[in-house]
Amino acid sequence: MYVAVKGGEHAIDAAHDWLARARRGDRGVTELSVAQIREQMALAVGRVMAEGSLHDPDLAALAIKQARGDLIEAIFLIRAYRTTLPRLGHTRPLDTGAMDCIRRVSATFKDVPGGQVLGPTFDYTHRLLDFKLAAEGGADGDDAADDDTAADARPDAAPGPVPHVTGFLGRDGLIEPATPDDAPPPDLTRAPLELPATRALRLQALARGDEGFLLGMAYSTQRGYARNHAFVGELRIGAVAVEMEIPELGFAVEVGEITVTECETVNQFTGSKSEPAQFTRGYGLSFGQTERKAIAVALVDRALRWRELGEENEGAPAQDEEFVLSHADNIQATGFLEHIKLPHYVDFQSELELVRKLRRQAAQAPKTEAAQ
Amino acid sequence: MSDARKTWMGLLAKAPPETLRQLWDATGLAPGFTWLRAPEIGSTMVQGCIGGTGAPFNLGEMTVTRCALKLRDAGTVGHAYVQGRDKTHARIAALVDALMQTAQESRLRAAILDPLAADHAAHRRARAGEAAATRVDFFTMVRGEDQ
Repeated sequence: MYVAVKGGEHAIDAAHDWLARARRGDRGVTELSVAQIREQMALAVGRVMAEGSLHDPDLAALAIKQARGDLIEAIFLIRAYRTTLPRLGHTRPLDTGAMDCIRRVSATFKDVPGGQVLGPTFDYTHRLLDFKLAAEGGADGDDAADDDTAADARPDAAPGPVPHVTGFLGRDGLIEPATPDDAPPPDLTRAPLELPATRALRLQALARGDEGFLLGMAYSTQRGYARNHAFVGELRIGAVAVEMEIPELGFAVEVGEITVTECETVNQFTGSKSEPAQFTRGYGLSFGQTERKAIAVALVDRALRWRELGEENEGAPAQDEEFVLSHADNIQATGFLEHIKLPHYVDFQSELELVRKLRRQAAQAPKTEAAQ
Repeated sequence: MSDARKTWMGLLAKAPPETLRQLWDATGLAPGFTWLRAPEIGSTMVQGCIGGTGAPFNLGEMTVTRCALKLRDAGTVGHAYVQGRDKTHARIAALVDALMQTAQESRLRAAILDPLAADHAAHRRARAGEAAATRVDFFTMVRGEDQ
């Protein structure tokens, strides 16, 4: 238990002052701007937006700067800021089928209609450090200029909607349908998590869950803890328009455009007497270019559906909804974990008293026995 | 009316704030107006669909800024809901929305909306071109056991 303590104001002020100077680092090195972080640390920005559960690249970049690059601390700052915002409404469900894809790959169909588009990916790189990036000014700047020229030389193409891969399987009834529904979804930010959770609530919790935790959970399913061999039916990243109903006007307008990552997995399913064999689905959606996260969410989503799909509970951690959903949030986790470093003097004092008392009793016991 | 308005409001919302400000300043327009709702920064809950097409779920929020105003001379009302936290963006978007309902319509279309639409289309075409350059054809190789 944490009991309030008093004192230390001067030390705390000095610590925060030092923190500000430590954040700035060596003044001989140019200070980072928020725009530089937003543009050049875009994947960190994506993660902070996804787990901070607030899409705003400038704010996420600012949070990363303030947090000295500690992404969980940055996510904490975003979550705290989020609570100060009045909620002006909700959007229409995103139409990811109408996405302007910058990346779209399928591991199940090599000749997928719409094509395999690699986009700006680390895949197929050699994971060798590129020392050209370490070169000061000139070389780096020149490279960037060359790249821009290359991009300018590329012919424009007509953007167009790219059909979902699962749609092709769905046409032949080979995969379970994902049918639209008008029911308003539950909202974790308005009502505390209740178990058992609906799939909609789980997907919200997973979307803001810690990437590392979900990666571990998803990996455990691949290694055999909850058998659900997944194919990445499709992974797509791109810009989608966000449309919102405007009550004053009585119609919906586009309020902006955001980048999201979507992963649809195709999983095995044996049919039953009443149902012919069909593939099943796992689904992951995440703000920003966050593909590791979206794939992990899809795998964990699928593992958590065991009951609904009439599968066996193998007692695997990834099948345990309470375990997964209660521990996926890194802000809750870090809050509880880190609070134990704060003063617990009163708590500890009572434990110390108890141990001393037990030791006194133990020391007295043999003498008492001997006396009898 | 509402379809056309929907289109221009979307263009104004998606416009880079700095581009919109420059286009607006270039018109030299400065109509008098009264606030019906001063610019307010808030959030909207972004929804996704389970499986891409199924039931909705809450993905996370995004920042939006909204405002509403009434033109003093024409009396028309302009609304804006724009992504982000830029109050100037929202004010200009609402002013253009209000003016598009007046005789200034064709002037604003030429000075602001057409350039914004052209910019947006060019940006999308360039992005699609970049993506198309990374389109790949995978070939399956014959494996040893098949020979």
